[in-house]
Amino acid sequence: MTDATAPRAVAAAAPPATRARGPWRDVWDQFRTHKGALIAGLFLVAITLFAALGPWLWQIDPNALNVRNKDVRPIYTALWDAGAKVSWSHPLGTDQLGRDLLANLIQGGRISLAVGWAAMALSVVLGTLIGVLAGYFKRLDGPLMRFTDLMLALPLLPLLLVMMLLFRDSLRAAFGPETGIFILIVVVIAVTSWMHMARIVRGDVLALKEREFVLAARSIGTPPRRIITRHILPNVLSPIMVSATLGLASAIITESALSFLGLGFPSDFPTWGKLLFDAVDRMADFPERVIWPGLCISLTVLAVNYIGDGLRDALDPRIRGR
Amino acid sequence: MTGGASAPLVAVRGLKMHFPIYGGLLRRRVGAVKAVDGIDLEIMAGETLGLVGESGCGKSTVGRAILRLYDITEGSIRIGGTEIGALSQAALRPHRPQMQMVFQDPQASLNPRMTVAAIIGEPLSEHTTLSAGDRTARVHELMDAVGLNRAFAGRYPHEFSGGQRQRIGIARALALNPRFIVCDEPIAALDVSIQAQVVNLLEELQDRLGLTYLFISHDLSMVRHIADRVAVMYLGRIVEIGPRDALYDTPAHPYTQALLSAVPEPDPDQRDGRIVLTGDVPSPAKPPAGCAFVTRCRHAFDRCRSEKPVLQAVAGGHMAACHLLDGTSPTTAGATAASGAPSSIQQGA
Repeated sequence: MTDATAPRAVAAAAPPATRARGPWRDVWDQFRTHKGALIAGLFLVAITLFAALGPWLWQIDPNALNVRNKDVRPIYTALWDAGAKVSWSHPLGTDQLGRDLLANLIQGGRISLAVGWAAMALSVVLGTLIGVLAGYFKRLDGPLMRFTDLMLALPLLPLLLVMMLLFRDSLRAAFGPETGIFILIVVVIAVTSWMHMARIVRGDVLALKEREFVLAARSIGTPPRRIITRHILPNVLSPIMVSATLGLASAIITESALSFLGLGFPSDFPTWGKLLFDAVDRMADFPERVIWPGLCISLTVLAVNYIGDGLRDALDPRIRGR
Repeated sequence: MTGGASAPLVAVRGLKMHFPIYGGLLRRRVGAVKAVDGIDLEIMAGETLGLVGESGCGKSTVGRAILRLYDITEGSIRIGGTEIGALSQAALRPHRPQMQMVFQDPQASLNPRMTVAAIIGEPLSEHTTLSAGDRTARVHELMDAVGLNRAFAGRYPHEFSGGQRQRIGIARALALNPRFIVCDEPIAALDVSIQAQVVNLLEELQDRLGLTYLFISHDLSMVRHIADRVAVMYLGRIVEIGPRDALYDTPAHPYTQALLSAVPEPDPDQRDGRIVLTGDVPSPAKPPAGCAFVTRCRHAFDRCRSEKPVLQAVAGGHMAACHLLDGTSPTTAGATAASGAPSSIQQGA
């Protein structure tokens, strides 16, 4: 098996064939084999570009009121209803105040996606941090987990409302109305949604830290912070990924609920959730106003779930290459 | 192979490792599992000390406690003249390179998400300031030393067989040029053909690098093959310790006799005198008052139930902890070795 020769030892700097590929190439190869994740990834890129670049392509102000053009039906309605009020200048129609639905979807997507990703990221960081600390350090376990239980026991919606009321004005004064409310919503959603993640991570860390490879790291003298980053975190990646994708979904939906209660963004600030709730009253007459934002939310959430699934497989060396 | 140095490389005195038991409504401490209850050991440089005993007797705990993977309850551990028994984990870090461990389950002891190069290189990145290129060179050197193909450096542990994984574990233990390695049942999880390879590798490395082993195992034949001296543990204590040949040829403690009689014998005509122990090992949370072995010993008498026996010399360097050896008892040690009640003999069919 061994063929140790002096020239090879010198040439050791030139890595053998298996190393030349690099670990990320393997991850990408495995990710590509998951068709669902690949399609979901393309969709997510598309919808992100749609929200990010849309305002340059579709230059209608989402807040422009036009009472004469109110309640325009989407252009495809003409296919079965010749008498419908349709217009090529508003392909997805307008609402009861004449605001263009497509422009609102684009603008709403920017906010919803930004809130979703930011709140999810913050909640993942919080949940992982607390879960790892509680699982790894026995002394912190009691206090941190009782704190988690406390947060779980609090009724979520009243808590959200109180937090919004308490901090809205001071944040608005500090960062301006838009940034202030964005920060507030992201933080409020994150601090009310990290608890499940913390519990899952703690459970996994408790099991992992008794494994022999962690013991081996301790016998080498690896300090706890590097045991956590090198051995524990990579091995709790799967549950973190799964909760993170679910977290993105619930963040978008919580933001919608806040908007619905009038405590989210100001009324001239469209988000997917708000479009949905604004349209609920006249859903029977104008189903497109519910369907399009609803579709955006569900497809985004579905896409993120699929990507999480694919990434989890791709990042696990035991599954890779099967 | 026995080292000629006068001072032992590893000296353990009165080592105790008690794990607390919490119970009741307020989670108060209600007792302790006395996994290791007062052990003295000395291992000379270049020597292999075999540590045998049945499951749950505290062998692995001894190994881990000597490497201070636990905070020990009591006792002194000196390795290479340095007292490490009471050091904090942070103060221990500079002493870590000279003592390393090879684990039982090579599957569990390798991080599934790290490549072989990262696993073997971990001790190097923790304790040395080698550049990335030098580290790779050293990892390749170590892979050569344990007989692994260098081309496998970028692979993950699950891509290897059990024997190859154990080689990875050995390479990691060797990375920092340790003087003392605790082998915690390194062959128990491997199949027989691979066991021989791994044991031969360990012996070869010992000859080449002058290593000192504490070889923990329940495989008496393998210990006889590799060890220079052997210690037998029962319920957290050493009941007998001595040079390999003396211990295997004339076991002095009834427990050692029973253990040795259970070793499979390849020649069917030679099979006789198997001593069958009945019952289970007592709980280490509530060990018997006198001798720990009293509940299962064929020769137990009154004194065994009340008084703990201490290790006493049988012959040069051969010691056993048994009251029978005092000569005050009806049977003497020699008679004990030869005797065997007919009821407890199992004939090999």
